[in-house]
Formats: sequence, C-alpha cells, structure tokens
Amino acid sequence: MSKQIHLAAHFPGVNNTTVWSDPAAGSHIEFDSFRRFAQTAERGKFDFMFLAEGLRLREQNGQIYDLDVVGRPDTFTILAALAAVTEHLGLTGTINSTFNEPYEVARQFASLDHLSGGRAAWNVVTSWDAFTGENFRRGGYLAQGDRYERARTFLRTTTELWDSWHGDEVIADKDSGRFLSTPAPGAFGHRDQFFDIAGQFNVPRSPQGRPVIFQAGDSDEGRDFAAASADAIFSRHSTLAAGQAFYADVKGRLGRFGRTRDELLILPAATFVLGDTDAEAADIAREVRRAQVSPQTALRFIEQLWNRELPDFDVDGPLPAFDPVVSDTLIAKGRASVRQFAKDPVALAGEWRARAEDGHLSAREVVIEVTGRQSFVGSPETVARTINDFVQADASDGFILVPHITPGGLDPFVDTVVPLLQELGTFRADYRGTTLRDHLGLAPLGQPGAAAARAAS
Amino acid sequence: MTNPLLHLAVALDGAGWHPAAWREPDAQPDRLFTAAYWVGLAQQAERGLLDFITIEDGLDLQSDDRFGGDERTDRVRGRLDAVLIAARIAPVTRHIGLVPTAVTTHTEPFHLSKAIATLDYVSGGRAGVRVQIAGRPDTAAHFGRREIPRLSTDRFAQPEVQRLVAAHFDEANDYVEVVRRLWDSWEDDAEIRDVATGRFVDRDKLHYIDFEGRWFSVKGPSVTPRPPQGQPVVAALGHATIPYGLIARSADIGFVTPRDRSHAAEIVAEVRGEEARAGRSGVHVFGDVVVFLDDSPVTARARRERLDELAGPDFASTGYSSDAHIFAGTPAQLVDLLLDWREAGLTGFRLRPAALPHDLAQIASGVVPELQRRGAFRAGYPDSGWPATLRGLLGRSRPANRYRSSAA
Repeated sequence: MSKQIHLAAHFPGVNNTTVWSDPAAGSHIEFDSFRRFAQTAERGKFDFMFLAEGLRLREQNGQIYDLDVVGRPDTFTILAALAAVTEHLGLTGTINSTFNEPYEVARQFASLDHLSGGRAAWNVVTSWDAFTGENFRRGGYLAQGDRYERARTFLRTTTELWDSWHGDEVIADKDSGRFLSTPAPGAFGHRDQFFDIAGQFNVPRSPQGRPVIFQAGDSDEGRDFAAASADAIFSRHSTLAAGQAFYADVKGRLGRFGRTRDELLILPAATFVLGDTDAEAADIAREVRRAQVSPQTALRFIEQLWNRELPDFDVDGPLPAFDPVVSDTLIAKGRASVRQFAKDPVALAGEWRARAEDGHLSAREVVIEVTGRQSFVGSPETVARTINDFVQADASDGFILVPHITPGGLDPFVDTVVPLLQELGTFRADYRGTTLRDHLGLAPLGQPGAAAARAAS
Repeated sequence: MTNPLLHLAVALDGAGWHPAAWREPDAQPDRLFTAAYWVGLAQQAERGLLDFITIEDGLDLQSDDRFGGDERTDRVRGRLDAVLIAARIAPVTRHIGLVPTAVTTHTEPFHLSKAIATLDYVSGGRAGVRVQIAGRPDTAAHFGRREIPRLSTDRFAQPEVQRLVAAHFDEANDYVEVVRRLWDSWEDDAEIRDVATGRFVDRDKLHYIDFEGRWFSVKGPSVTPRPPQGQPVVAALGHATIPYGLIARSADIGFVTPRDRSHAAEIVAEVRGEEARAGRSGVHVFGDVVVFLDDSPVTARARRERLDELAGPDFASTGYSSDAHIFAGTPAQLVDLLLDWREAGLTGFRLRPAALPHDLAQIASGVVPELQRRGAFRAGYPDSGWPATLRGLLGRSRPANRYRSSAA
C-alpha cells in the first residue's frame, strides 16, 4: 500500500524567501492574514500550520536589517487565536528553550492544547547567542556544546511537568464536594545542571497529553536528539537524493532508542512555484528568484560572506576579487545562515567565483543561484507527481510548504495540487481524527511516565 | 454637574469567586479547562455590554492560604494560561475588552509585551493586561531562580517584609516600563515597503529601548510592531500604599477594594495623590465588589449562606471573606451602592461574580439595564473606529509614541 503524504504550511517568514514587493503580498502582522492562511491550510486538509520565531531583530553592519519582512506576532498568542477560527488544523509553534523556563512553557503548551482540543505542537529550538539574550532577564549566553544538553534537559523537564497530571485528578463531583481525587496533583521535582525546580504544575493533563514535539537540528547530535525524543523533524533536505540519505539515516537511529520507524515523521521544508505548464512555472520561478534577491539583498549576502561592508560595490559586475575577512566577529547578527558562511569563507568565496566564471554570472546572479531554494516548480500535475514520488521513495513523509506570498500564496497549491494528490489516493480527502497526533498517524500517548522514561534513556 | 458614565468590568475566575461556586446546580466545573466555557462567559459579558473582562491567573496551584499552597481537594484547582484564554476568545467576540492577568515576578517582559501586542492585533484593539506579583515561596521554587521567604499575616507589617513587598512592586513597575517602551519601539509608520530602495522597514523608526534596571536589562526593539491601540491598557489590583504607587505610576486602571463609601474616598484621594507625585493624571480607579445577585435580597442572602455551608466546616462560622466588599442583594440594590460609591470618585467597578454563570447573567440582564435606566451607563457599544477599542471605551485617546521623532 502507498504511503500517505503529510502536508503542512509554514506561514511565510522573516527572510528573503518571502516576497513582500509583490502587489499580491498582504500584511504579515494583521490577524486576517493568519486567519486566511490557516483556513486555506485547513481547506486543503493539511496536518498543521507552522510558525517560526525570532526574538531579536536581525542586524548587519551594526544596523537593523531592513530588506526582508520585519515583525511578527507572539507565537503562543497567535496560535491560540487561530484555534478559534479552525477546527482540525494542527498548530505548531517554534519556542526557544534558552529564553524561557520549563514551568511557563509547559503551561503555555498545555493551555494551547486544551484550548485547541488537542492540536498543539512545539518545535523545540535552542539558541546560544548573547545578542538575542540582550532582550531577556536571564541573558543568553550558552556554550555551543551545551545547546543540545540544554534542549534535552528542557524537554525532559517539561515532559515531567506534563506527566505530573495523569488525567484522573479532576473529578468535579458536586454531590460529594470533591473537585480533586488527590490532594497534591501535579507534584514534581527536577534537579540538574540547568534547572533546580520543584512544586506543583497547575494545568491538568491536556487532550494530547503533551504537545507533539518537533525538532529541526541537522547535526549528528541534533539527529540523535530527534530520534530519541521528537515526533517529527523539520528538515532542510528537500532534494530526492539528500532527502533519501537523511531519511535513511534518521529512521535508522530510532531502533537505538527503542522506537519504531513510524514514531518519527520526517518533513522537509519545501517551496513551490506553480504554472499552467512546466515551462510557464519555470518562467515564474525565475521572476520569483529575482524578486527574492533584489540588488540590495544581493549586496547584503555578499557582505555576509565577505564579512565586511562593501559600500560602493556593483552587484551587476563580478564578485570581489579579494578574499573574505576571516574573523570570529561577524557583521551579521541574529541569522543562522551566516554561520554556514563562517565555516570557511575563503573556500566558499572561491566556489562562488568558480560558478560565476562557469556561467558568466554577475555577482547578483551568483547569489540568486546559490541562495535559491525552489523545491517544486511545474504544473500542478508535475508538482503532485513529484511530491508523491518523493514520499513513496522515502525521501520524506511529506512536506512543510513555504509559500513566498503572504497570505494568499498557499491557495493555488490547495486548489490545484491537493485534489490531484487526493485522486492518487495518497492524501486524505477529509480529516478522520480530531487531534494533531491523529492527523500525523501517531498513536495516543500511553500512561504518563512512559514518555519521560524514554526521553531520559 | 452631571455625573460621568460608569465603567463596568467583570472578573472571571474558575467557577466564580466563592470557593463552593463550582457545586452550584448551573455550574460547569467539568468544562473549566475547555475553550467553550470561556468563550461562553465572554459572549455573555459582551451581551451585557460590559467594558471588559479580566481573567485571573497564577504560576501556582490555587490555595486558600495566600502565603503558600494547601492540599484541599474540595476547591477548584488548576487553570489555563489567561493570555491564551483571552486570545482564544478574541476572534469570537467583537466589542468587549480582554484583560488577562500576567505575573511580573518570574516572567520575561519581552515575551509579555509581544503577547499583549499580539492580543491587541487578534482582537482589533481590545487588549489589556492586569499585572500581578507572585510572592509565594512555592511559586518561586517552580522557577528555581530566586528564593522568596514565606510570609504570614502577623509578620506582614514588619519593616523587612514591607521592604520585600516594595521590591516586588518596584520590579513590577520596571516591568511595565519595559513592556510599554517595547510597544512604542516601532513607530506606527515604520513599515514602508519601498520597492525602489528594497527596504521593507524604515529602521530610523525602530528604536532600541535600552532599559537597564535592578532586575533586568532589555535592549529592544520588540519583534512585534506597535499594536493597534498603541498602548494596550495596563491594570493592577491594590490594597495599600505600595501597590497604589504602582497603579499611580504605571497603570491605566487600578482595581481597589473599598469597604464603604468613605473608605472609597480615602483610597481615591491616596491614589490621586500618588498620581500627582508621579506627574500623571486620569488613571481609572475601579472598585472591586464580590456580588451575589438575585431577584430578591432574601434569595441572594440565602444563596450566600448555602454556599458558605457547602464550602466546609471552616466556613460555617465565619462565612466567605474576601479582600473586596461582599454584596448580596438585588441588581437594583447593587446599583444603589455603585452610584453611592461613585460619589467618592470611583470611575468604574469590577464586579466579581460569586458564582458562574448565575451572577454574570444577573449583571448582564439586571445590573446593566438598571444602570442604563438611571442614566449611568452607555446604551450600547460604539460601532467602529477608535471608540470601539478598549482604550476608546475607557474614554482614552490613542497615545503618541514616546520615540516619535519631532522631525517627522
């Protein structure tokens, strides 16, 4: 039997994938944009919608980065509001484990799960930069080596909090006058290198028991973390070969943690461009890439790799002939991609120059090529077939689609591709269950304690 | 001189403020942790034309002991995050203000600022927040970042205890300052979408707040643009001079707990004095009253007694007591009291229904129409525009941005 595809929608983000200059682009902050986006995803019978998070405005050259969309809502608050205007759609939010405390995050997710009838999910991320920490009383600096230990510990601690209520405490029996079946519900105690906390958790067990857990890391340690404790991975490997390699690797790790292959879904982020024909889609895709990399954006990317300001640089000419500045101090702050640049900037600049020479490309055209991440480009038939092929070939269990237009960018996919996938019989025609675990095909959680024991192993 | 119209809010907490409220025949204690329960109450309050609802919260399990936990099984225990309840309510209400409680002692002002800004976006300008300190040592142990000594009633007046209380409120004051600066850290027209220069925002209209204080330093700007109201409404409850200082320096609304009209006048005078010292004016002072409302005073008093009996042997002799005045009677009698206390300078009231949904229904269908008959309450909600925001309902304008450059 064919695998069933899982589809999700990523609300367009604060990065240059999102094209704000398009006349069709709407507000990134008004609730109507979020409502429309979520309702489109639900009309398409998607598993969930996904929200990223950023806790400090990005900077470059010591100034706030102004070329991309800036500004976003609070993750928990917007997801709780979206629970009011959707019935089935899962609500997945990224929440940082560095700038929060377990008690508060656990009660926010448990509350969201109650208020949405079991549709909450948490993408657990950990950052370590003191730059973002300047917005928080607890500060931010964490040694990079401690990141996963912090994330593991944070998740283990929140799981202990969720499991501190077993589900049978609230009896609310008016006749006997007993509201609780036990005098000390939610009792917990946790002590390790990061947290020393004890007391009583104050949110009764939620419909799913706990939110569905997402993980996004790609390193060896990140993959192990996901294999040990996550329900789904938000990955970046959206090509067939890379997807298959990642899929085989991560699914292969599950056995070591006493888990089966269907207990962890692998869902790469993917973009799409649709046209009536494959040729038309390719033309539109070229236009989109140019819009994503304006001349000003191209210059900022080049400055990021060269790690210096280039005030008079002409992006329609060749790349700089000189080498990047190699330094621990980076001119760009608050963005993850720069760390890829910083690994070996001189070698990477060499690769960019080689591409320019081979293709007779200007500096901007190189940036367009190397930063482009268009996964699926074609007619609805082509895109539906490709997505289905990828999933059946174990390159993923589905995709988290990132439209480049807010909020309407998802509509064409839902209107044209989803019906074709439904015809193929590999995507649901309607929701069967009510919780996000149901949509993802994850079994309901067992007795409290089992998950905590597993996470600790 | 004609008296100004009264403002009216209702305070939602679990099954109601009386500890035995959950045992009433019409109570829904098995639905307290569902969205439908809270949406139903908010819509009922909105049908009653109220200015706003507040939602109680805390970072600990409720307790009859204000200084620590108890192990009672005969009380409502457990609650959902109030900000998230308000967000869940916002899209399915249209007019009523939403004022969740948030704790300032263990949480991050950066997170709260963007949460309330977002609540303002999802509600179309109806957001507020009631700030509260968390003084219990068992609550501090949930966070493990600071030790707070256990207090008790007999030690409360001691100077070192008062210093501790003052520090909590100073922290709350700093907290509100940071939250407010972050709301202003984006000018209203910061988003420009200028295709010619490729710029989405004008970064000269985004501002670092550079707050440095004893408890935290926060750089800014917020990641969330300035909310529709500019400054959502900030409220705080106070019973004494120290919290009155917070109300006077930082809040838009103070909830206070007068015993009677002359006590109300004393409190109002003290708050106004603190306000003048802080160089401010116009803070709303709302009287909090717990209400048992029925069609006859006898029925209301009998209901109160019946609930006191249900609340357990320890209540049988003393009865339910509260920090706020407890009223049992008819809606018309309550209106007599509210209009009398208004003479002391209170600008509104926050009614705490003893039992839900009963006393909320009495407020909506009894108290509000009676206030209207006596010319003391608006006839309806404003249809649209600024008056339809929470600040607008409270008679406030949209504040100028503290960071707005004069050159603009």
